[in-house]
Amino acid sequence: MSAGLLDAAAGSAAAEAGQAGSRRPALRVAPALAGLFLLFLLLAAIAPDLLSHTDPLAIVPRDAFRPPGWAHPFGTDQSGRDIFARIVHGTRQSLLVGLGATGLAMAAAIGLGLLGGLCGRVAERAVGWLVQVMFSFPVLILALLFAASFGNGIVPLVAATGIGSAPGYARMVFGQVLSVRDAGYVEAARALGHGPLRIVRAHVLPNAMRPLVVTATMGVGHAIMWASALSFLGLGAPPPRPEWGTMLSMGRSFVANAWWLTFFPGLAIVLTMLSTTVLGRALQRRLEGRTA
Amino acid sequence: MSDTSPFPTAPAAPPAASPDRLHVLARRILSRCLGSVGVLLAAATVSFLAMHMMPGDIVSAILGGPAADPTPQTVAAAVREYGLDRPLPVQYGLYLDRLLHGNLGTSFSQHLPVIAVLRAELLPTLELAASALVLAWLLALASVLGTVRRRSWLSALGSGLETVGAALPQFWLGLLLLWLFAFTIHLLPPAGSDSVAALVLPTVALAVPLGGFLAQVTREAFEIALDQPFVLTARARGLGDWSVRTRHVLRHALLPGISLSNWAVGALIGNAVVIETIFSRKGIGRQLVLGVSSQDMPLTIGIVLLVSLTYVVAGFLTDALYVLVDPRLGARR
Repeated sequence: MSAGLLDAAAGSAAAEAGQAGSRRPALRVAPALAGLFLLFLLLAAIAPDLLSHTDPLAIVPRDAFRPPGWAHPFGTDQSGRDIFARIVHGTRQSLLVGLGATGLAMAAAIGLGLLGGLCGRVAERAVGWLVQVMFSFPVLILALLFAASFGNGIVPLVAATGIGSAPGYARMVFGQVLSVRDAGYVEAARALGHGPLRIVRAHVLPNAMRPLVVTATMGVGHAIMWASALSFLGLGAPPPRPEWGTMLSMGRSFVANAWWLTFFPGLAIVLTMLSTTVLGRALQRRLEGRTA
Repeated sequence: MSDTSPFPTAPAAPPAASPDRLHVLARRILSRCLGSVGVLLAAATVSFLAMHMMPGDIVSAILGGPAADPTPQTVAAAVREYGLDRPLPVQYGLYLDRLLHGNLGTSFSQHLPVIAVLRAELLPTLELAASALVLAWLLALASVLGTVRRRSWLSALGSGLETVGAALPQFWLGLLLLWLFAFTIHLLPPAGSDSVAALVLPTVALAVPLGGFLAQVTREAFEIALDQPFVLTARARGLGDWSVRTRHVLRHALLPGISLSNWAVGALIGNAVVIETIFSRKGIGRQLVLGVSSQDMPLTIGIVLLVSLTYVVAGFLTDALYVLVDPRLGARR
């Protein structure tokens, strides 16, 4: 029995060692790939013409529904437009929507968090309750409600996605502000006679924001996904424009005989989400390692 | 019940400090109920504001969207019923009063009372969400029990699959499944909501991303629990590896995932919107899309309120489940 126990212990130790050994290189490869992919996206967003010479809007009826091949690596859609070109040219839109929505959500969250943490007991109670309640409310439902009242288009899309994902961030900021508020260095700054604005700017915000960097990195990917879901439901960018969610939505009608119309735009979304997740985690490990 | 309060009659003693557990429990249930009422009130308020933020005329938002052409009589009736000629707080009061009486208005895109639409569409969505929740947990448990701290490649494979699974958007997965199983190998029906076979693809599309996420959370807790002294004790008692994992470690590792159940139910119902649209299933999600795209505000608000209600009920169930599973709470009972 004791031999079995030792065995088990040795086994788990070996597994741990093996894991650490196999994880370290994997850790470096995955974030590197993720970073590379995001760089590629950035390039596609800034200078799409460098990556694809084909006009994403050029309609060539005789080339409709070409499967992926040499001339069209990702195939063509119902109007003969090149899918690869459309994905590359749609990157800017999708990234802007993701970044814009995340920025909006963060701004709302920071406002709420500071309000709740620094403006007295009543505000603290109210924000605490609001954040607790809204934190897990379905993002898409909230976003749909706002999409209904804002109407279609890019700005409403950003607003709806941003508002939908704000509660998650607000919960984090609020918790951070509460813990930073009573920290020694804030008390010290107060004892030194620094004004409240200066303390917030120099101490509370930077410290409360640190864990938020990780969440926001992952959040951009999620925002892109939520926004594509809204576009997919017909509430985003109007159709002729190349946007990933809209492309998926258009391709949906042809899924029975032209899989590439939906496969590749979706793949772009998945890879973006995976990259931001992997990069966010690598960032998290690094930050934790530094503070520990 | 053996311990008594040091100040049994002192009203000034804060109730939270009272060691009387029943008291604490009652307080917790009360605050939980108040919180739930709060959620519903918040959802109602946000919906009210959303309706008033809509571009264009509020009368047309109630009576038929931008394309409607109501007669002066119906407009006058709506103005009277909704108090549209009165100040906003009065309108808000009237609105809450109507909700309390279960009057959600009439859906103009369906030509039916909103309540009737909800009654017909709620069950298919709950069916879908429940089956997806069960499948997601099964997938998560299989991955965690099967791969955590096994051979290193197996462990890496499990955690890799979980990461990828969690990053798959439901709508993309749904479309791929639709293409593969319904249109290419003709195994399952592409659409519908009546047969069990039609439930399979939507369930899988919803369950895989959720399962990946639950598995990630459970895996982390599982790894921590495996390092606890009670595991060594159990092994020393001669328990096999499988028994240790399922009987002792799993109970601890399940807790973080269970406490996310409320969120999970919300996410399932939210994502059901997309899935129901793809698979043309009956359900409140698809109705929500229809309501939003036709700017049918009464229907949209009715569904948002219904989702909030479901969310509140799920919160209660989550708490109950937590008490049942948590080994520490169980010992105290």
